[in-house]
Amino acid sequence: MRILVSFTVGSLFGLGLLISGMTDTTKVQGWLDVFGNWDPTLAFVMGGAIVPMAVAWRLTVGRKPVLAASFPTPPEPKLGRNLVLGSTFFGMGWGLSGLCPGPAIASLGFGGAGGFVFVAAMLAGMAITPFLRARLDHRGVTV
Amino acid sequence: MPFDWIMGLAGGALIGTAAALYLLVNGRIMGASGIIGGLVDGSGRHNWIERAALVAGLLIVPMIAAIAMGGAQTHLTGNWAVIIAAGLLVGVGTRLANGCTSGHGVCGISRLSLRGIVATVFYIGAGGLTVVLFKHILGVI
Repeated sequence: MRILVSFTVGSLFGLGLLISGMTDTTKVQGWLDVFGNWDPTLAFVMGGAIVPMAVAWRLTVGRKPVLAASFPTPPEPKLGRNLVLGSTFFGMGWGLSGLCPGPAIASLGFGGAGGFVFVAAMLAGMAITPFLRARLDHRGVTV
Repeated sequence: MPFDWIMGLAGGALIGTAAALYLLVNGRIMGASGIIGGLVDGSGRHNWIERAALVAGLLIVPMIAAIAMGGAQTHLTGNWAVIIAAGLLVGVGTRLANGCTSGHGVCGISRLSLRGIVATVFYIGAGGLTVVLFKHILGVI
């Protein structure tokens, strides 16, 4: 049952990304391009997504998930090197390509060869991150 | 209100509904980078089927919908060096920061998480500066 729910969640997520225009890299880069022909669509997508999710967080209070023992415990509100450096790297890649992980997968089926190369590079980046994080820890890199 | 904005709101509502369903039913955070990353680095081995099922829906349904709509465009750059560099940066960055637009953005901001808000400020800021540099100054993208 949890597997079926996961598939449904992925399906709604993908459909939402497609119809909102977020699988079109020009719309994403248009949002980031404040000095060019600025496109505010992404703010509407974010707003539209945050509202139902804010309601969902409210509903978690004093309850349990339908098919799980407990809700995830929020991480410590720690702001550090990993969050800042990681988000900066992510933003650079997002700006360069107009793709983030969700839309990259959602557009694989119709986006052509470039999408496959992007996802391959992204998966490689994800695979090496534990080692990179260990190197940064070892060298004591902070921001 | 422009049609694109209405479609943005409608699509966003679907994304938020998906995230709400995942939280309220499966008790999990719908963060694309975390779900995919856990399949790649082995940290999600114990529940890989659920992760794979979500990724399958995320991949298959938009593909079918795009075909039904008569095709959809991604307008991704044809510059392979840019594609590879961007993919690596997105992969490393989202895993280092433990979240992307869906995890930190949608799921984090909606519970007013400080980490989610700070991450979003940094990735939008870095993305904006990157577009200024590579589009308007260097003319690469």
